[in-house]
Amino acid sequence: MDLEFTPEERAFRDEVRAFLKEKLPDELAEKVSAGKELTKEDLLRWQSILHERGWLAATWPREYGGTGWNAVERHIFAEECALHSAPRLLPFGLNMLGPVLFKFGTEEQKRDILPGILDGSDWWCQGYSEPGAGSDLASLKTRAVRDGDHYIVNGQKTWTTLGQHANRIFCLVRTSTQGKPQEGISFLLMDLNTPGIEMRPIRLIEGGSEVNEVFFTDVRVPVSNLVGEENQGWTIAKYLLTHERTNIAGTGFSIKDMERYHRLSRQITRDGKRIADHPVYATRAAEIEAELEAMRITNLRMLANAREGAAGGRESSMLKLKGTQVRQAIQDLYRSALGHNAAPMASELSENELAVPVEAARAAPVYFNHRKLSIYGGSNEIQRNIVAKELFRG
Amino acid sequence: MDFNLSDHHQMLADSLRRFLADNYEFETRNKQVYAEPWHSPEIWSGLADLGVMGAFVTEEQGGFGGSPEDVLVIFEEVGRGLCAEPLLGTLLGIRLLAALGRREMVGDIVAGTARTALAVYEPQVACDLSYLEADARKSGDRWRLTGRKSAVYGAAGADHLLVAARTDDGIGLFLPENPELISATMVDGGNIADLIMDDLPAECVSADCCGALEDALDLGRIALCAEAVGVMTRLIDLTVDYLKQRQQFDRPLAAFQALQHRVVDMLVELEQCRSITIAAVAAFGGSDQTRRVSQAKNLIGRMGRKIAEDAIQMHGGIGMTWEYPGAHYAKRLVMIDHQLGDHVDHVQRLILMPDKPNAPA
Repeated sequence: MDLEFTPEERAFRDEVRAFLKEKLPDELAEKVSAGKELTKEDLLRWQSILHERGWLAATWPREYGGTGWNAVERHIFAEECALHSAPRLLPFGLNMLGPVLFKFGTEEQKRDILPGILDGSDWWCQGYSEPGAGSDLASLKTRAVRDGDHYIVNGQKTWTTLGQHANRIFCLVRTSTQGKPQEGISFLLMDLNTPGIEMRPIRLIEGGSEVNEVFFTDVRVPVSNLVGEENQGWTIAKYLLTHERTNIAGTGFSIKDMERYHRLSRQITRDGKRIADHPVYATRAAEIEAELEAMRITNLRMLANAREGAAGGRESSMLKLKGTQVRQAIQDLYRSALGHNAAPMASELSENELAVPVEAARAAPVYFNHRKLSIYGGSNEIQRNIVAKELFRG
Repeated sequence: MDFNLSDHHQMLADSLRRFLADNYEFETRNKQVYAEPWHSPEIWSGLADLGVMGAFVTEEQGGFGGSPEDVLVIFEEVGRGLCAEPLLGTLLGIRLLAALGRREMVGDIVAGTARTALAVYEPQVACDLSYLEADARKSGDRWRLTGRKSAVYGAAGADHLLVAARTDDGIGLFLPENPELISATMVDGGNIADLIMDDLPAECVSADCCGALEDALDLGRIALCAEAVGVMTRLIDLTVDYLKQRQQFDRPLAAFQALQHRVVDMLVELEQCRSITIAAVAAFGGSDQTRRVSQAKNLIGRMGRKIAEDAIQMHGGIGMTWEYPGAHYAKRLVMIDHQLGDHVDHVQRLILMPDKPNAPA
């Protein structure tokens, strides 16, 4: 039994650390650390720094400008990025559309689309969920009807993350109403500048607008924008969902958040003593930390399985479940520790008017925003269904 | 990074699992562990033949193992088989006898011809050894012990009963002459005893061995965590089997989502418990030993109770019966938390450690 990375993996980690220390701009890391919203420019700036180093597309093969990293290297990179408070990478082009094109796209599609993802000239967003199709995604109703060399698309998508910055969208659309609902779905790419598409922001519980709804009215889309075969969309969607997601547990984020909590617990007091010395908070923090340490090892165990080709949907579902629970527990602890000082809306106060450390000022909004973790990417109930299906089979 | 067992450990695990499956029959077990002598001499010598006690100490000390992985592998199988033989007390005792150079006694224990147990805790519940009160006084070339010991596991029939007591130098270990035990049956089977000492003559093994004692106790905690993981694994299997087979409302219980999701949550916690035990094993002997062991004991104490209660609940009435093995697995899982410091003691140990952020390895 050996919990350590190999010397090569450690050398790689050192290389990543050195790169992050040198190239990650402080102002971006500070924003991320304080839970502030990043602008489109912030996100693109970080993306271009990574692209320059050749480290942007962690899941892509080298021939298409990817890193060619294995699962362990991808894990190390993601964890180090989280620990250094690097801005998140948008998964839509890099981790979703890219791998789909490698598997299902034509040579022409790969040639036309992949470079724009890497150089930031195209910003892709995702059109999956609909008002009537959430966990039951296959019941989606947005229609694409063939008309010569085009599809005519009508319908509505929702929960489109950062669609306000995007110029492209990949959608699941209904191309047939025959047979089972899963059998009439296609994977279609669209230019958001096409007439008939309207994007409207959705304001979320904490006040931000990182998601949108998208309306399609008689939108004409060239048939060449279809990925894979017509009515093969569900296969593609499932491929995406089960495509190995090394960072699904988000342990790097949780470790970082726990560090932030420890920092806060030494800065603020309750009943005249530091939160770090408060019996209730010290107990809660120690118990969550035990779960986090277990989570870190669980993640490594499953990574080791993946390296041996043995990790499946059950593993990634379990990682998603526990990983989001731990992350949410830390967010909850952090907000709770602030007591009544968590209540003021930080955006209305200047830094010297705040009663709490600057990085703690948005604790409550960040907590509320992170309730999304157990809902998106297949809700935690859906993850339980996936594991249960395997467990009770036969 | 490699989580696979070595071939040697895999063989040890396989042979112990087979031995318990073939020889440790459930009804016989229940007859043995709930009444004097609280264990089976045949099973004990079978365990010795398999090399179980020998795996607790190194070759230099007279055994053929001694690593925390040995303890992990053995106790996970002990848990799976719900084996109530007095292995915990033996592990604690043999580690100390070996550390303190009692090679002859170690040899007899490895051979299965002698047993040992450790008397350390006292009626006042505390995991921290600084609360110990039992006292050892030297008079002439003899030592005499005074005080009361509690929670001595597998004391009945132990040939070498080690007693921890306070000396001028710290905490020492002693072998008393003819100790009188107040023996009882544990709620989940096996023997537990108190020991009342009033000027009891004893041989001194070491006048100060606090470090060795803490290490033995931490390894005992790893053993309990590994045992809990084995118990959980089997208990969840039993629960899944039962839900598949039991029909209500013309459907198997396994078809009900409310129950499916509960089982998945149990399974996720089991993986977490397995992980934290691995973390404790990996940290044993290093600077993070106490932290990882206490994290493991805390998490497993809490999750063990939850998994046990959920398993009983999902079995309905059957889970409440003495006849059903699952009930005894659940009982063991809850009671494991009461040994060598519970989840509260161990969170307390974590809290009292100096501030240190949870830096990744």
